[in-house]
Amino acid sequence: MTQPPLLTVSDLRTYFYTGAGTARAVDGVSFSIGAGETLGIVGESGCGKSVTALSILRLIQQPGRLESGSKIVFEGKDLLQLDDAGIRQIRGNRIAMIFQEPMTALNPVFTVGDQIAEVVRVHSKASRRAAWDRAVEMLTIVGIPAPAERARQYPHQLSGGMRQRVLIAMALVMSPALVIADEPTTALDVTIQAQILELLAELQQRLGTSIVMITHDLGVIAEVASRVLVMYGGEVVEEARVETLFAEPHHPYTEGLLHAMPRVGRRQERLAVIPGNVPPPTAWPSGCRFRDRCPYAWDRCEREHPPLYQIGAGHTSRCHLADEPERRVRRPRAEATAATLVSPATSRAGDAA
Amino acid sequence: MTPMSDAPFREPGDGGNPAGLSPWRAALRTLGRDRSAIAGTVVLAVLGALAVAAKHVVPYECNAQPNIVALKNIAPSLAHPFGTDEFSRDVLSRVICGSQVSLSVAFLSVMVAATLGTIYGAVAGYVGGMVDSAMMRLIDALLAIPRVLLLIAIATLWNGLGIVGLVLLLGLTGWFGVSRLVRTLVISAREDEFVTAARALGASDMRILGQHILPQVISPVLVSATLAIGNVVVVEAGLTYLGMGVRPPRASWGSVFSDGMISFPSAWWTSVFAGLALVVTVLAVNLVADGLREALNTRQLPAR
Amino acid sequence: MRRFLARRLAHGAAVIFIAVSLSFLLLHIAPGDPFSATLASASIDPATLAQWRTAYGLDRPILEQYIRFLGQAAVGNFGPSIRYHQPVADVLAAAIPQTITLMGTALVLSFGFGVPLGSWQAAHRGTTTDRIAGTASLIVGSLPEFWLGLVLLLLFAARFPILPSHGAVDPMHDLFPLAERVIDRARHLVLPALTLALLSSASIARYQRATLLDVLPQDFVRTARAKGVAERHVLWKHALRNALVPTIVLAGLSLPALIGGAVFVERIFSWPGMGSVAVEAFAGRDYQLVAGTTVAGAVLVVAGSIVADLLHAVADPRVRAR
Repeated sequence: MTQPPLLTVSDLRTYFYTGAGTARAVDGVSFSIGAGETLGIVGESGCGKSVTALSILRLIQQPGRLESGSKIVFEGKDLLQLDDAGIRQIRGNRIAMIFQEPMTALNPVFTVGDQIAEVVRVHSKASRRAAWDRAVEMLTIVGIPAPAERARQYPHQLSGGMRQRVLIAMALVMSPALVIADEPTTALDVTIQAQILELLAELQQRLGTSIVMITHDLGVIAEVASRVLVMYGGEVVEEARVETLFAEPHHPYTEGLLHAMPRVGRRQERLAVIPGNVPPPTAWPSGCRFRDRCPYAWDRCEREHPPLYQIGAGHTSRCHLADEPERRVRRPRAEATAATLVSPATSRAGDAA
Repeated sequence: MTPMSDAPFREPGDGGNPAGLSPWRAALRTLGRDRSAIAGTVVLAVLGALAVAAKHVVPYECNAQPNIVALKNIAPSLAHPFGTDEFSRDVLSRVICGSQVSLSVAFLSVMVAATLGTIYGAVAGYVGGMVDSAMMRLIDALLAIPRVLLLIAIATLWNGLGIVGLVLLLGLTGWFGVSRLVRTLVISAREDEFVTAARALGASDMRILGQHILPQVISPVLVSATLAIGNVVVVEAGLTYLGMGVRPPRASWGSVFSDGMISFPSAWWTSVFAGLALVVTVLAVNLVADGLREALNTRQLPAR
Repeated sequence: MRRFLARRLAHGAAVIFIAVSLSFLLLHIAPGDPFSATLASASIDPATLAQWRTAYGLDRPILEQYIRFLGQAAVGNFGPSIRYHQPVADVLAAAIPQTITLMGTALVLSFGFGVPLGSWQAAHRGTTTDRIAGTASLIVGSLPEFWLGLVLLLLFAARFPILPSHGAVDPMHDLFPLAERVIDRARHLVLPALTLALLSSASIARYQRATLLDVLPQDFVRTARAKGVAERHVLWKHALRNALVPTIVLAGLSLPALIGGAVFVERIFSWPGMGSVAVEAFAGRDYQLVAGTTVAGAVLVVAGSIVADLLHAVADPRVRAR
């Protein structure tokens, strides 16, 4: 990248102080994204990806807090140093977010036109009329037929796919430099998913927007992202260009995710799974947080928290295998399970489904 | 996703029931920790005890009018903490005696109402269909008539209601809300999977109603009935104040209030203290009901 | 929307029909045959009695009497009032507006106070002020209406006589110039309306606090923040609009209880509304009037519920589709 990155997140820590303990949902995450790029963030539920997204826009509410030492630099400014007015000026305007559940993300008592126009009126001096016209324009751009009529309708009168388009329209109306999409297609049918992704790609082309695509679906990553972050246990465990990630995954978790993807056209008797559950963020295991579910783990993994090792150009991995690659020997299944049972004090394999 | 790893490890904080107590014991335990509910229960217990032992506890006789000239309308003093009324009766004694009628009428009429309402609502909810619609339509209409106006109408038409009449009157006008509540509960319980399972196993309707649905109905009805007691105490007092409740010299809080209005506002204490008894009762009842609601909610019966 | 309204009107008509039928039933199963008692009353002139006998068909079979009763009720005729020596309809026509004034004022006041209070409490949940306000609401909401009215009367009309203690207007009201007449009415309205309003505000505040607390964590509130909307707009525009809906529904549902409370308050303050009329009817064994007030009460509730439903539909677009 020859230009300075658009957004740089350094050592982001977001902790939630609850009665049940301190949940270290995001525990030292760093990444950057450049103009026009699409960065994918992938991981299971509970790995901290949504919290990362919300932290960027400072949408974390009590009892959550961004810890000091975190830095989020956007267009040269540290977002965490801005006052209220300052961050509000960024939200919806320079950085916008698309949420996961289109039905609940839209206010049921206002028309969709009003909700899009509101963004315009908050961030510019446009008149009601002008803002409304802009809203209708955006509805056309995101491919909603009969946009003028639809604008006067309420969210419950639209289908799921249309509501998601409305959310996209709301996010893009001020032509933000960065859009954070938090699982934008998860709540939708597969066929609609494809349409939405196409739409996003098209809009990115037109407007040159950078996109952070958060998802648990590797298929989506493969389709839209140029670079990928894999998150686990509140940390980045692997970062790579998308082709590299799929061709030469390094971290055992990434391996597991790829392995677990059902492949069309291949005969599979059982779906491969990663044994165990994500530990609760109030009690991350010592050392490597993945070790209880890892087929290669050895004693070093319990003692020493792995740093991000450099694997190749633009490819990092938080795994001691980078240092001792000869240890990459898959233990038989039974042993892997035994490792889960043996250390109950440090592993929290029980989890509400 | 977990091969056998869950079994030996119990999650602490399992819905507030770590020891796996039966639902009722768990509810009692939660209630035990609720300070305001305990306060409310204590107050109600004291009131109840006073009501039961009234004749033995009062400083002066309930209906004695010792000296209607010299002793009437004395302001609160050491001898008469609540003062005396227009007829020289000690107000504190009157309030204590009055609690017998007020509390028992409230309690009994709520029992009548709760029973009637539960039966009506259970039938409507369980049978469903057009019968249910018709039954509920009727309830809607009955609920739309302000209860007090209906009570006045019936009291006018049936002259001279005794205590029994009063209980029936209050009970027969108070069951509509309960029936709606019970009907909703029965409908949602009816749709529940374990009812379908029971039916698939060949259980009869009565058994399903009794064993599976009724337990789910009891707790909310209990909470509602508790609240209703506070409500009815006030209604009874109001009715008596309007002249429709118990007749003199029988004391109830309403009649003490009503007597006090004769010499209001100069001798304000009589009505004010009678009303205070009501306030204390209603507050205590509300606290207990809130506590019950909390306690019974942490354990759905049966567990989901 | 029109269909919605039509359905509500039909529903209301059914309710009133049942209320009227209930009155008829009560009038007939009550001991002592109320109709005859009224007939035998010396305070009604024979001509009216004769008219009445014909209109209600008192010597006809019961079913015909029922139909006639319904017919008469439909035009608002409930026979003569022996207490007031006028048709029941006239008595009610004078009293109902007074009750509506009282209750309308009380409702406006209670919303005007209860909604902001409850919302403020939700926004500042857990603070000492929230807890104090919550306890105060609990206590005030538990007070019997007639007792609270009594206390207010004691304080503001007896101890510190700054407000009148009874009636809707001063005895000399008609002689006042317009401005003074308005003030006179307002002064008489204060205490009774305040009594009802204090009680309602307490429960509205508690309910509003709870519903707003339910709404605040919802996704669309977060979306509003993510759009850069100022926090106070997030609260008062986005969240409150949604939280207001259940409160409106609650208000509609509590109308019968509100009217019941108004009866006692009217008695304490000698407010010449429907409640006072009902009590007078009881005192005078005025059966026709008492039947009339019961039905009138139902009509008020129905009218109020329809208004509440309309407001509900205005506030929540999802309802209009139903």
